Amino acid sequence: MTDDMFADVKHEPGASKPDPIVVADKVHRHFGGLTAVDVEHFEVQRGAITALIGPNGAGKSTFFNLLTGFDKPQTGDWLFNGHSLKGVSPAKVARAGKVRTFQLTKALSRMTVLENMRLGASDQKGENFFYAFAKPLWADREEEITARAHVLLKRFKLYEKKDDYAGSLSGGQRKLLEMARALMSEPEMVMLDEPMAGVNPALTESLLDHIVELKQEGVTVLFVEHDMHMVRRISDWVVVMAEGKIIAEGPPSTVMQNEQVQAAYLGSHHDEDLSELPSADELHEEASE
Amino acid sequence: MDLIYDLLREAIAPTTAAFALAAIGLNFHFGLTGLLNMGQAGFMLLGMYGYAIVVREGGPIWLGILAAIAAAAVFGLLLGWPTLKLRGDYLAIVTIAAAEMIRYLGRSQNLNALTGASTGIRGSDFKGSFEMLSPFPDEQVTIWVWTFHGTRSTSWWLLLVGWALVALFLLMFWRLSKSPWGRVLKGIREDEDAVRSLGKNVYSYKMQALVIGGVIGAIAGIVWALGASVQPDSMGRPTTFWIWTLLLLGGAATVFGPVLGSILFWCSLVLVKGLASLLIPESVLSTQELEPFSLMLVGIALMCLVIFRPQGVLGDKKELAFND
Repeated sequence: MTDDMFADVKHEPGASKPDPIVVADKVHRHFGGLTAVDVEHFEVQRGAITALIGPNGAGKSTFFNLLTGFDKPQTGDWLFNGHSLKGVSPAKVARAGKVRTFQLTKALSRMTVLENMRLGASDQKGENFFYAFAKPLWADREEEITARAHVLLKRFKLYEKKDDYAGSLSGGQRKLLEMARALMSEPEMVMLDEPMAGVNPALTESLLDHIVELKQEGVTVLFVEHDMHMVRRISDWVVVMAEGKIIAEGPPSTVMQNEQVQAAYLGSHHDEDLSELPSADELHEEASE
Repeated sequence: MDLIYDLLREAIAPTTAAFALAAIGLNFHFGLTGLLNMGQAGFMLLGMYGYAIVVREGGPIWLGILAAIAAAAVFGLLLGWPTLKLRGDYLAIVTIAAAEMIRYLGRSQNLNALTGASTGIRGSDFKGSFEMLSPFPDEQVTIWVWTFHGTRSTSWWLLLVGWALVALFLLMFWRLSKSPWGRVLKGIREDEDAVRSLGKNVYSYKMQALVIGGVIGAIAGIVWALGASVQPDSMGRPTTFWIWTLLLLGGAATVFGPVLGSILFWCSLVLVKGLASLLIPESVLSTQELEPFSLMLVGIALMCLVIFRPQGVLGDKKELAFND
């Protein structure tokens, strides 16, 4: 099915897709003199798993932050489901149905696993200060939310841990929790920033299965990853970034054979230049602090 | 025997209630939301001024309370507006400076007609209408072991109102901290960006917490002022630090932590002072030196607390301790 989706898509940077959920145009972000992201055109196919790869400092995480409202570009516009998300706050991006996770897992350590999950839900009136006083106004919704949290926790094999503080989970379990939490609001699209980073190999397989399951439920997935093995196994389409630009697109089986991709990865003058400079991601982290 | 009586008296004194209230406010800031408000005394002072000035000029009590609440709310909005978008430490810097600004402004000669400058506002100028409402007789009243005046200053009437307010705001804290609203605040305390990524407007929640905690601080200020007078210098930095101390002592993020902390803090101060005056001869330590000496001992006790029980008396170490 997914092969069909991409059957007519050209193997070139900025290729247009039959049914794009995200369309970005001329997104440019620089930190001082360093260009972190300079994307001419970018589309994400609805219902597919798209991988965003590239060497360190390619601008993947910055681009991720831009698309989710966590950072603002100097120029450019991007649409989600046809609506512009330019200048829209991260919270509103999430409410629009595009939820992200983080490279450095953000489990809310001193809250229980179940409370973490409940926080991910949307449409809880009790989150309004005045409604919060009157439990009957939000108790029903709370039950629905809890029921959904139980289902997701069972699926992600965290149910037994539901009353433990999230801080007591292992690194891999935190990744699972973060992913499960992102699903609480039933998003149309999830963006996973290095879902495999720091996960022990025993958990890798189940994490991959969960991502594939998302696709089967109709959720669009865009993820950043270094691990090529994982990219090959689960992605339908791969977008390669280097020095802030998209340099290649294609199916996972062939995209790595692209000459430019190999040059970006295996070192030519590009890499040497970059190694002298701090990476765009590092700069970005400094700037956002 | 006198010492035991002093302790019992201190445990229920209006000051203890006022500090418990201020700490409940701070518990909204720090315990729930993780906001480092280092200017709670400023909120209290604004509450005092708001109430005392309105009532002195002939306004009714409700208007005075409203003025106190409004002043604290506006102060909270002004403080939060530029700082809540920044990292936590900035709020600490801004609040400590802003609270001092309020105090210096209140002390300034230019505002003498309004605030009474450094002498402040005398109790008799604004306490009358509150004391008139007292259901207690206008004389010393003894109930069980305690003797207080029925109506004036540190009175049974003020005790009743002060502790009723404590109970009310404890109930409010309990209800809100166990609600979805409180859950969002706790999430913000743990990681703002995570909460943003889940679709919550973090800025608005932080602002709500700052204003609510500040308003409770202002009400604490009214209770304090009704037991004494409006004195800007009584609301300096030490007051803020005491509030922090007793909140952490009782246990931040717990419902009863602020109350237990306030009682323990003030009683231990009385105890240390009492024991020191009993046991240490005047030739070694004069009466004027007793106060700083006992504060120093309390300070040492608190350092021990930090080392041996960082979550406070009631706190859950896994949820909130002040060493991580």
